[in-house]
Amino acid sequence: MNIKNKIKITVNGKQMQIIPKFTLKSLITKLKMPLNKIAIELNKKIIDKNRISKIRLKKGDKIEIVHFIGGG
Amino acid sequence: MIDKRFKIANKIFKSRLIVGTGKYKSFSECAKAIKSSGADIVTVAVRRVNISNKNKARLMDYIDPKKITYLPNTAGCFTAEDAIRTLRLAREIGGWKLVKLEVLGDKRNLFPEMIETLRSTELLTKEGFKVMVYCNDDPLMAKRLENAGAVAIMPLAAPIGSGLGIQNKVNIKIIRKQTKLPLIIDAGIGQASDASIAMELGCDGVLINTAIAKAKNPSQMAEAMKLAVISGRKSYLSGRINPNLFGSASTTNKGII
Repeated sequence: MNIKNKIKITVNGKQMQIIPKFTLKSLITKLKMPLNKIAIELNKKIIDKNRISKIRLKKGDKIEIVHFIGGG
Repeated sequence: MIDKRFKIANKIFKSRLIVGTGKYKSFSECAKAIKSSGADIVTVAVRRVNISNKNKARLMDYIDPKKITYLPNTAGCFTAEDAIRTLRLAREIGGWKLVKLEVLGDKRNLFPEMIETLRSTELLTKEGFKVMVYCNDDPLMAKRLENAGAVAIMPLAAPIGSGLGIQNKVNIKIIRKQTKLPLIIDAGIGQASDASIAMELGCDGVLINTAIAKAKNPSQMAEAMKLAVISGRKSYLSGRINPNLFGSASTTNKGII
């Protein structure tokens, strides 16, 4: 695929390029994220992890993927 | 005297010591210290996953949330909105409803911003969260948090990570007298005796992170804290003697030669 067809999204503050119609599930799989240990926000809205295969990413989407770390 | 069970939001916990999971050299050191502490609740924080290093170790790989209760915190939040966003995400990771609210107001002294803390407590409670609240040692604010639906009042002993021990025993005692909610000292403990003092003041529990994680031997300090909490609790329940200005001989003069 031509690079011009790729769309830009932001994941955890970093820019990424994906092909159009890429789903949120494909992104999580690509990043090798264990679904049971993370939470996902798309444009500041929490996403139900059961629905990620139905969500197609769009240009400019901002995704946050979080997990638990050590804290007091 | 038989102790009543340590209960938060209707759930019974065995240990009155809650430990934090931050500041350790490694996850394995953290896991070892938690084991020595005997804690069945640990605080955890919500942060971005490192997407460029996918194989990086995760806290959940070392501390099993099925065996230990995770208590998600709102560390780093300065507004009610930040705190709510963070805890909604925490809930989404695995359904956690019991949470530790901590809304700070100053980056240097790390004191809680109590107006935002109160507002967050109200909003989170309305959303079904069970909110354990990190707060100042102010009895009036503690009362307002209770009225707003907090499930535990967690006043500081001293600034977070300072290790200064309990600075205002009077306030802690007053809060103890006025509330039936679990009262847990959160922040400022430096050594085992501080934890004992907290329990002797009548607190239901103690939350410790830095004093264990940054000790030269975290696992041993964790055990010391465990024993100190048990010891302080027993001392409190046993009913101490009245302090006296003058001495009272332990040996009778009767039969003296």
